Amino acid sequence: MDYAVTVNNISKSFDKTKAVESVSFNVEKGELFGFIGPDGAGKTTLFRMLTTLLLPDGGEAFVDGFDIVKDFKKIRGSVGYMPGRFSLYQDLSVEENLKFFARVFGTTIEANYELIKDIYVFLEPFRKRRAGKLSGGMKQKLALCCALIHKPGVLFLDEPTTGVDPVSRNEFWEMLGKLKEGGITILVSTPYMDEASKCDRIALMQKGKILDIGFLNDIISKYEKPVYALRSGDMHKLILDLRAAENTDSVYSFGDYLHYTDRRGKAVEEDIKKILISKGHTDLVFKQINPGIEDCFMSLMNK
Amino acid sequence: MKRFINFVWKELLHILRDYRTLLILFGMPVAQVLLFGFAITNEIRDAKIAILDFAKDNTTREISNKILSSGYFMLYENLQTPSDIEPAFRKGKIKEVIIFEPDFGANLERDGKANVQLVADASDPNFANMVIGYTTSIIADYQSELSKGKTLPASINPEIKMLYNPNLKSVFMFVPGLMSVILLLVSAMMTSISITKEKELGTMEVLLVSPLNPFQIIVGKVIPYLLLSLVNTATVLVMSKFVFRVPIVGSLPLLIAESTLFLITALSLGILISTISNNQQTAMMISLGALMLPTIILSGYIFPVENMPLILQWISNIIPARWYIRIVKGIMLKGVSFNYIWMETLILFGMTVFFIAVSIKKFKIRLE
Repeated sequence: MDYAVTVNNISKSFDKTKAVESVSFNVEKGELFGFIGPDGAGKTTLFRMLTTLLLPDGGEAFVDGFDIVKDFKKIRGSVGYMPGRFSLYQDLSVEENLKFFARVFGTTIEANYELIKDIYVFLEPFRKRRAGKLSGGMKQKLALCCALIHKPGVLFLDEPTTGVDPVSRNEFWEMLGKLKEGGITILVSTPYMDEASKCDRIALMQKGKILDIGFLNDIISKYEKPVYALRSGDMHKLILDLRAAENTDSVYSFGDYLHYTDRRGKAVEEDIKKILISKGHTDLVFKQINPGIEDCFMSLMNK
Repeated sequence: MKRFINFVWKELLHILRDYRTLLILFGMPVAQVLLFGFAITNEIRDAKIAILDFAKDNTTREISNKILSSGYFMLYENLQTPSDIEPAFRKGKIKEVIIFEPDFGANLERDGKANVQLVADASDPNFANMVIGYTTSIIADYQSELSKGKTLPASINPEIKMLYNPNLKSVFMFVPGLMSVILLLVSAMMTSISITKEKELGTMEVLLVSPLNPFQIIVGKVIPYLLLSLVNTATVLVMSKFVFRVPIVGSLPLLIAESTLFLITALSLGILISTISNNQQTAMMISLGALMLPTIILSGYIFPVENMPLILQWISNIIPARWYIRIVKGIMLKGVSFNYIWMETLILFGMTVFFIAVSIKKFKIRLE
């Protein structure tokens, strides 16, 4: 067993809500593994169980070879964890926060400076500034530094890019890529589908269950139906008309376009166009596109 | 150990960075001592009175002078007719009217008996009682001066001695209570708030997923506040000694030791509160509602426990401050040794052990 994280049928309920339901997966050492799903999918609960903050109701899991229930103390000393909310001391400066967390783990900033160097250069100019006064992106970078300062074997990042601007998000993922090259196993959760491509493997989560797990391309290639992107002068009417159409499989709005799939599979373009024109749509744009992770997610969700 | 020191250091930084709270923490004891020492007092000083003298002879003048020069009373006005009395009180300035009957001195000379009427404003009953008491004793004093050297029919002279607080200064009574309230407030409320703050901000999550154990987290939180409270204790003691001349008759080391014990009781209570509340607001409400009010009202701080209904007396037994106040009064004012306060000490100690045991049992090493 050479996995960094092994999870077998783990479950967790709060009162009557099943937050995580029989989830199983393995994460290989040095892998960048992403959990993708909307709010309430169970990502945070799963992470909290793996970081020993919550006890599972059933199933078992091992992190770095340690049982999450019996060996929780060992796990607490060896993993790095960055919770979803910004959880550093706002009234301490950047440097003080980092120093504090280094000492908590019995190490120093200097000892592991190599590891955080690339990230810390961004923070260096602000090292005397209070953490509470940093921008969102900077806060995330500081939190990552603090989670990394003791050179953890496995790093858990719970929605690190939520509420961060797109530029900082990109920078953040680049950093994760570098850390992965350094040999750290990283588990990261995110509600943003487009971040799936930055991970080695992903697990799509919804309502406490894993819908699919694997490499991004494998998940997408399982999706065989042609996907059409549509738009017209009246988008609201378009969505209603398509939903009412006889052979409609699914209609979702994605940005400026609607994504449409048809139950019949192929060669339906002319037919759909005819229907829509007869309903009085103008400026009609209609094209077949390659399915994305969102399309896969939507179709898995409805299964 | 390094980890632990690191944690205490971080906690001190939190306290020092929060200027406003710091100002309140250090300013409050000073403000309260001054407030209770100077403003809120049970003593009479320059109470305004009016005199209605029908006699206007030497004797009444002498008595009036004696009363007005006592320092307790100040003449506001001289009244001329009984019908002036009611309006004089209505104005709300005067607390008492002294009325001498006509031919007061002559009557006293001839019959050995004369009448003086004291009318007091009893809308504040305690104050009215005191005013009357003070006036009566001054008149009695005058009478005993008169009868010096004369043989009187058998008379009983009660000789009154007020032990431990001969001048009946109210600050003597307030200092012990004030110490307990301040220590309780700073220790219990601040620790409970600082622990729940970590929960609320989510930093507790990060601390839990670290090699720190709960014991280190809790003790690390407590130590800075222990230091802070000791400084506060010293402030109150120094101020009461040098500003209000409250004596410390007994042993100072014993007083400090007992105060430290009470501090630990309060701190453990704070930890207990933090284990049952999830946010700072709840912690504050519990500290204020469930700790401050009973401490002020039921501990004997302001109202004597012995005068309470039986059921409240029972309840007062579980209030730590009640026992601490008895200890402080014993040491500061009566100068008693440990032999006289071992029971109170034992009760406080027992409470502390109980609070700590419950908090350790309730402290969550996980998020649930």
